[in-house]
Amino acid sequence: MSVPLTLLGLLEREPSHGYDLKRDYDTFFGRGKPLPFGQVYSTLGRLARDGKIVMNEAEPGDGPDRKRYVITEQGATEVSAWLAEPVAPEPHLQSVLFSKVVLALMLQRPAEEYLDAQRAAHLQRMRELTEIKRAGGLVDGLLADHGLFHLEADLRWIDTTAARLDALRAEVRR
Amino acid sequence: MIIIEARGVELSFGHTPALRGADLAVGAGEILAVMGPSGSGKSTLLHCLAGILVPTAGEIHFDGRRVDTLGENERSALRRDRFGFVFQFGQLVPELTAEENVALPLLLAGTRREPALRAARAWFERLGLDGLERRRSGELSGGQAQRVALARGLVSRPRVLFADEPTGSLDSLTGEQVMDQLVASARAEGTTVVVVTHEARVAAYADREVIVRDGKVTTLVHP
Repeated sequence: MSVPLTLLGLLEREPSHGYDLKRDYDTFFGRGKPLPFGQVYSTLGRLARDGKIVMNEAEPGDGPDRKRYVITEQGATEVSAWLAEPVAPEPHLQSVLFSKVVLALMLQRPAEEYLDAQRAAHLQRMRELTEIKRAGGLVDGLLADHGLFHLEADLRWIDTTAARLDALRAEVRR
Repeated sequence: MIIIEARGVELSFGHTPALRGADLAVGAGEILAVMGPSGSGKSTLLHCLAGILVPTAGEIHFDGRRVDTLGENERSALRRDRFGFVFQFGQLVPELTAEENVALPLLLAGTRREPALRAARAWFERLGLDGLERRRSGELSGGQAQRVALARGLVSRPRVLFADEPTGSLDSLTGEQVMDQLVASARAEGTTVVVVTHEARVAAYADREVIVRDGKVTTLVHP
C-alpha cells in the first residue's frame, strides 16, 4: 500500500492535523496495523518538501501537532493521476486496489471507471498469458496458469467490489 | 469490416427491461467476448444478434442487411445458413448418434444424408473425436459432447458462431481444450465468434471484450 499517496488522498478530502490523518488512516486503511506517528510526520515532511502539501501556521498555544496540512494543486494532480492509473496486473495487488477504491469513493471520483480500467489491464495480461499457453510448451503453460488463476481471483474481487460500490460509498462517506 | 451490429437495441420481458439501448459492432473474423454479471442482458443481446429474439426498439444488421425486420421464416433461414450455435449444455439430440448430431444443420438445409455425414466425419478427425462417431450423447463425456456440439456449430461453415457459456458445464482443463479448439477452428475458417461468458479465462481467448451492465454495452478501454 502506498502510504504517501494515501495520506495525500486523505488531505485532498480536507485539510487535517497530523493526528487526525493518522486516525483516519488507521480507521480506513490500517487494517490492524496502525501507522506509527513517526512515519506520519516523516511522510508529511517529505510531501511538504516536494511541494505536494503546505503547512498552515500553528494555531496559538498549540504544540507542533496542531499544524494543519493542506494539499497543493501539484499534490491533487498526483492523487488524480495515481487513482486513474491501473496497477500493473501482477498477482497480490489487492491492497493497492483496495486503497484506490476506498479513496475514490471518499473523494467522489468515478470508482467504477477506475475498476474498469483495472479490469481491462488484467484481461489484457490474461490474454497475453493465454497466448503463451497456446504457443508454448507445458512448462511455460504451467507458469502462465499460475498467473492466470491469480489474475482471475483479482478480477472476481473487482467484479464483487463493482457490484457493491453504492453500499461501500455510503459506508466510507459517513 | 463490420459483420454484425446492434444499434440502440431495447427488449423487455413483460415489464422487466433486459436491454436498454445496447450498441455493439463486431468485425468480420473477430473473436469477441461478451461479459457481464448474471441478469445483465448478455445472453439476451446474443439472442437478438442471432435473430432468435426480435428487439422492441433498435436495429440488428448482419452483413449489410437488416435482420430485425425480417419475418420468422427468413430469420430461421439466416440462422440455419449463416450462423452456428454452441450452448452451455451441448444440447445434442439424444436419439441421434454423434455424427448425425453434427450433420444436423446440413440435413436441415437440404444436403443429402451421405455427403452431410461425410462432412460431419471430417470434423471428428479435426477435433480429435475419432471413434466416437456412432456414440449417442449419453455415451459421451461432458468435454466430448461439447466438442461434438462445437463441430455441429461449425459444420455448415457459418459466418458467425454464437457461443453462450460454451465451457460453463466443464471443469477448467476440459473447458480450456474446448476453447482452444473453438478459437483455432474459427481462426482457420475465418469465422466471426461472439462468445458470452462470465469467466475471465474464457474471455482471455477473445481478441477483445465488452461488458453488458443493466442492458447496455460498455467497451473497456485498454491502457
